Amino acid sequence: MIVRDEIVAPRAPWSAILEKGQGLTIVDLDGNQAVDFLAYGYPSGDAYSAQTTLQEQDSVYLTTGSVLRTSESAPLLTITATDVARHDTLGGACSKESNTLRYGHHTFGQHACAENFLMEFAKYGMGKRDQVSNVNWFMNVPVDPDGALGIVDGISAPGLSVSMRAETRTLVVVSNCPQINNPCNGFDPSRARMIIHDRA
Amino acid sequence: MTEGTATTAGARAHARAQERAAEQPPLPEGVELDNVTWAETVAGGGYAHAVLAPGTLVELTDLDGDACAAVLVYNALETHERLNVADTVKVQWQVYTSEGQVLLSDQGRALATVVADSSGRHDSFYGVSTRDRNERRYGDGSPQGPSPAGRELLKLAAAKHGLGPRDLPPALTFFQGVRITPEGTPQWRGSAGAGTSIRFRAEMPLIVLIANTAHPRDPRENFACGRLQIVSWRTGTEVDLEKDADPERRRAYRNTTDYLRARGLR
Repeated sequence: MIVRDEIVAPRAPWSAILEKGQGLTIVDLDGNQAVDFLAYGYPSGDAYSAQTTLQEQDSVYLTTGSVLRTSESAPLLTITATDVARHDTLGGACSKESNTLRYGHHTFGQHACAENFLMEFAKYGMGKRDQVSNVNWFMNVPVDPDGALGIVDGISAPGLSVSMRAETRTLVVVSNCPQINNPCNGFDPSRARMIIHDRA
Repeated sequence: MTEGTATTAGARAHARAQERAAEQPPLPEGVELDNVTWAETVAGGGYAHAVLAPGTLVELTDLDGDACAAVLVYNALETHERLNVADTVKVQWQVYTSEGQVLLSDQGRALATVVADSSGRHDSFYGVSTRDRNERRYGDGSPQGPSPAGRELLKLAAAKHGLGPRDLPPALTFFQGVRITPEGTPQWRGSAGAGTSIRFRAEMPLIVLIANTAHPRDPRENFACGRLQIVSWRTGTEVDLEKDADPERRRAYRNTTDYLRARGLR
């Protein structure tokens, strides 16, 4: 049974509390839209950790079977299905401040994921200290043999989705990425659909 | 000492009799003792922490060829600004630490710069072990046990500066290398051997936290970690940071300089 079914507008934040056993499906409605994503044990506030998550698997990418873990290694979410071969958890979120480094100071005024996260955190009594390296669903970030890493053209397409199951009560916070200076969303922020099922 | 520790006077005499001169790590060439601000040898499974002024140089040395230094740095003036590993690798288009790498904060500023490196075996992917992971792997992850988890050690280091577990973001790890194949699989490379060093310069007032304990992906069945030597010193020399820097680093240094000027520190 579907508990929630919502469209996140381009550039917008979103959040939900998933009960243990519930499923979340994120649909890349218009294609190659990076959905920046953080998760926290609720109400403990124990944050998702990209590093503890990668410690427990033999790939630096996220795919079916990957378990998203807290900084204490506790399971938060398990990826149960994905139409896209792999998702990123190395590249982090964009911010107005990092935009000045990547693209120049003239981009400081543009929208950014860190702003979405901070505003959404405030609803739960959380703040800047809680923002850690995140997941980027549908974002393609290869690591070259020489160590070069970069956000490159996406491997997603309209209608492709990723699904996960909550292993514990989990707060998920999303920024539907507003970035317009790199190909994480095809230079064109678009919609994402969030569907919560009562059983994954 | 004849009365032992049965009385307060005896216990005091016993305690006072234990004084020894602290062991002084050898100083890098050209460094005067008067300029040294931090000198410490950290046992395997130990931690260290310090506050540093901008311009301070820090040298970490893998004494036994088996150190593993997980490092976190914070703006000492506003500790909610801290190392951001994702921005550090993304902004500089490079996941492997080497000379010239800037440790970036979440506020687009350079916290520190790697100025020398003779190891080349470092890791930006895996950070520190957790108590849970070390319990599963070694049977214990407590900070004063036989196989301390890096996160537990960093919690203690953080607490000494009024910081808590929420203040421990992903870390950079020095002296135990991992490489990633084109398929995304990690390949363990371990240590480069005894005596290699990495040196970095503080670009802002910093709090530095270091856990020296086995890497979370160390493939050995039994816990192992060697000694880490730390020496830091003030140089008093200004460096033209923006000269010859890549555009991303040049702008990070500019942001740092603007901040230090606003703070009256430059």
